[in-house]
Amino acid sequence: MSSREKILNTIRSLTLEPKALPDIPNLRGSGDLVERFTQSIYGNKGEVLSKSEFEKWFLSSGFSKVISLSSQFSKLATLPLPEDPHALDTLEVAILDGQFGVAENGAIWLEDSHLGLRALPFATEHLVIILDPDSLEDTMHQGYEKIAGAHSGFGLFLAGPSKTADIEQSLVIGAQGAKSLRVVWV
Amino acid sequence: MKSNSPSVALFIPCYVDQFYPMVGIATLELLEKLGCTVTYPSGQTCCGQPLANAGYARDTVGTATHFIETFTDFDYVVCPSGSCTLHVKEHFPPIDGLKKEQEALEHKIYELIEFITDVLKIEKLEGKFPHRVGFHSSCHGQRGLHLSSGSELNQPPYNKARKLLENLEGLDWVELSRTDECCGFGGTFAVTEEALSIQMGKDRLADHLHHKTEILTGGDMSCIMHLQGIATRSKQELKFLHLAEILNQALS
Amino acid sequence: MTHPENAAEFLKDSQKAKWHDETLWFVRDKRDKVSKSIPEWEQLRELASGIKNNVLANLADYLEEFERNATKNGIIVHWAADSEEHNRLVLEILQQQDCRAVVKSKSILTEECHLNPYLEKHGIEVVDTDLGERIVQFLNQPPSHIVLPAIHLKKGEISELFHEKLKTEKGNEDPTYLTQAARVHLREKFFAAKVAITGVNFGIAETGEFVVCTNEGNADMGVHLAQVHIACMGIEKILPRRKDLGVFLRLLARSATGQPITNYNSHFRSPTPGKEIHIILVDNGRTAQLAREKFRNSLKCIRCGACMNTCPIYRRSGGFSYNSTVPGPIGSILSPGLDLKKHSSLPFASTLCGSCTDVCPVKINIHEQLYEWRQEVTKTQGEFAKGLAMKLANGIFKSPLAYKITGSLMRNAVKSLPNSLIYHPLNIWGKNRNLPDPPMESFQQWYRKNRA
Repeated sequence: MSSREKILNTIRSLTLEPKALPDIPNLRGSGDLVERFTQSIYGNKGEVLSKSEFEKWFLSSGFSKVISLSSQFSKLATLPLPEDPHALDTLEVAILDGQFGVAENGAIWLEDSHLGLRALPFATEHLVIILDPDSLEDTMHQGYEKIAGAHSGFGLFLAGPSKTADIEQSLVIGAQGAKSLRVVWV
Repeated sequence: MKSNSPSVALFIPCYVDQFYPMVGIATLELLEKLGCTVTYPSGQTCCGQPLANAGYARDTVGTATHFIETFTDFDYVVCPSGSCTLHVKEHFPPIDGLKKEQEALEHKIYELIEFITDVLKIEKLEGKFPHRVGFHSSCHGQRGLHLSSGSELNQPPYNKARKLLENLEGLDWVELSRTDECCGFGGTFAVTEEALSIQMGKDRLADHLHHKTEILTGGDMSCIMHLQGIATRSKQELKFLHLAEILNQALS
Repeated sequence: MTHPENAAEFLKDSQKAKWHDETLWFVRDKRDKVSKSIPEWEQLRELASGIKNNVLANLADYLEEFERNATKNGIIVHWAADSEEHNRLVLEILQQQDCRAVVKSKSILTEECHLNPYLEKHGIEVVDTDLGERIVQFLNQPPSHIVLPAIHLKKGEISELFHEKLKTEKGNEDPTYLTQAARVHLREKFFAAKVAITGVNFGIAETGEFVVCTNEGNADMGVHLAQVHIACMGIEKILPRRKDLGVFLRLLARSATGQPITNYNSHFRSPTPGKEIHIILVDNGRTAQLAREKFRNSLKCIRCGACMNTCPIYRRSGGFSYNSTVPGPIGSILSPGLDLKKHSSLPFASTLCGSCTDVCPVKINIHEQLYEWRQEVTKTQGEFAKGLAMKLANGIFKSPLAYKITGSLMRNAVKSLPNSLIYHPLNIWGKNRNLPDPPMESFQQWYRKNRA
């Protein structure tokens, strides 16, 4: 007998009392979505910028290796999207479109079709996500409702830059992945 | 609860009986001052918790049977210990032939404070106790019997003992840093995990000393015995009283 | 060594023990605060518990549904009855890829299976990529906490370790500096690895996808650069529907560290074209635990670590004192199911205070199961001294007369005997604690005189 059969048969041989699957009510938070989202992102150690604030930061930083998949900021790109993610090693900035954000925790949904390469938001040194404030959802419940029918091979809720507190619980931003996250309203 | 009042039986835990008779006396006198007719059934012994918590619940059938029989004829059983009360309610082994009596017991046994607030429906006590009092929230009373809200849960804060104490004239309530951390007594834990038990006790005492507790009180003498034992050994200037003693003194 | 021995050892370094307690208390306090910012917190716990109960009641069906959907999505699904089979499956995939160095993100399951030593024995370099895990790996230690793997170490120790392993400046203890050094070291490993291993936080039956949560982004760094992704998943990690994630992702990070969500929550549904995703569904004692009615719902655990942070024992004895892959309260109800004899002291490493049960996001009645495991442990210990003492005690407590005689003997013994002669338990009691001053008479005696 294969392990598959063994495991499934063992489970099926047990008398397990039926337990109903609960419905999930439409739970919501309260307060202004943009305000809560912004507060959440800062709590996660990211930043939220207006378009002009972003442009000012970008121009003053003088990056030379920039990939932009956001149509509104395509002019800022200095590099095309490579075929091999290993070429992202020295990438300084990635600019991506976020699909929507969640106010309660700052999570932004990113999907395969907008990522170019799945490694992009992780491997880049600085990550910029372009987001429409009207796209904000209240809690994760509404977030999952929104992507109930989505079928992309990969998607993620990204809520901040790479961070760790593994050394004496001191928070350090920029562990293995992106060292910063900037969310830009458009 | 004067005439025709329900009959109240006192259950005095074994270690209170043996080591802290004054807590038993205070409990009795307090209930009498509150108008109850109280009987102490003389054949009572112990609830069996030390055995059960050590992993020998199956050996407590005799103890539990004796307990149920001793308290069958009363309307209420009141006990100055949250821990023992919880044990009777939740951890007695099922006793053949006494199913009805056992079920009745589980519903009629009360820890002293909850008996005062929930059965006697006493909202506040008029009395005087001009001392700075630190409250030790014993785990079984709090998380088991829900005598106060837990810091872990998202629930409106409440504390049945505090409600009674705070109204006493002159009583100064101590706010602790960790309102409901375990003292480390834990029954046999106190000896099988001696090092941890002592450290936990020391940490609780340090919290009380830091916040200038004058009298440390609580609803379980087992926790207090442990804390007092450590405090006395390290010659700390703390006084220890059971809640029943404070309330009884305040009402006199 | 038993838990009490390990705990006593841990407490000897009193400063470090105090730091450990206060640091984890701080994490618990953050959890308390953030959970109180969600008015429906208790409702979420109830929902999560209900969903997991439903999963456990229908596990075989959900596993098949998950397998069917994952396979449809192009994921290769494997089944492992035990740790040996799991390890062998991982090795075979690595060998097929001719992979000599693999990167791995945090996975308690692979710790449980002792995957690292197995792969190393077969000549494969394993690099744990979570910072805390990399630190303990350098020291040849297991994690001491399932969420905070290096919480038992001080930055001075990590500084020395990194000086030796990563050539950082001697004496530089700055966490930012040390983390940056690890970043450089680990990115080199990520960019070189052909295969990446991750754990799984949730597998969704309805869609065949699985979710991995990290703050460092190390799981994603590994898998998106590698050709092959191996995901190791305990069979209890299933959730029925995608929308259930809404409940669980709201609870997980808040319970674990007090943050509203982990910064990276990746949903893997199908591989990048040209790449492979393998998922290994592992039993390793889980079906046996499912068969134990009293302990079944310990399988609801989502590995948030909240019970460790709140446990007054864990905080003062450290993760290693448990000598089990999952330490702390939840480990003490899971591990006896794997090896009752080895872990027999764990159910007693608790005061049954119940705090673990109240922080648990899936409402596992941890302290009640500790109590139940105690009953099981003593059954296997036969008529040891402790058993006899307990039987004796029952004899005393069921007889009022015997109780009276023993009671007065006890009080007199306390009065008259020198401390060293008082019998065993009282002797240990008295090492660092005074006994109460014995009263002249018991309450019973007083009552007879004054009221009867």
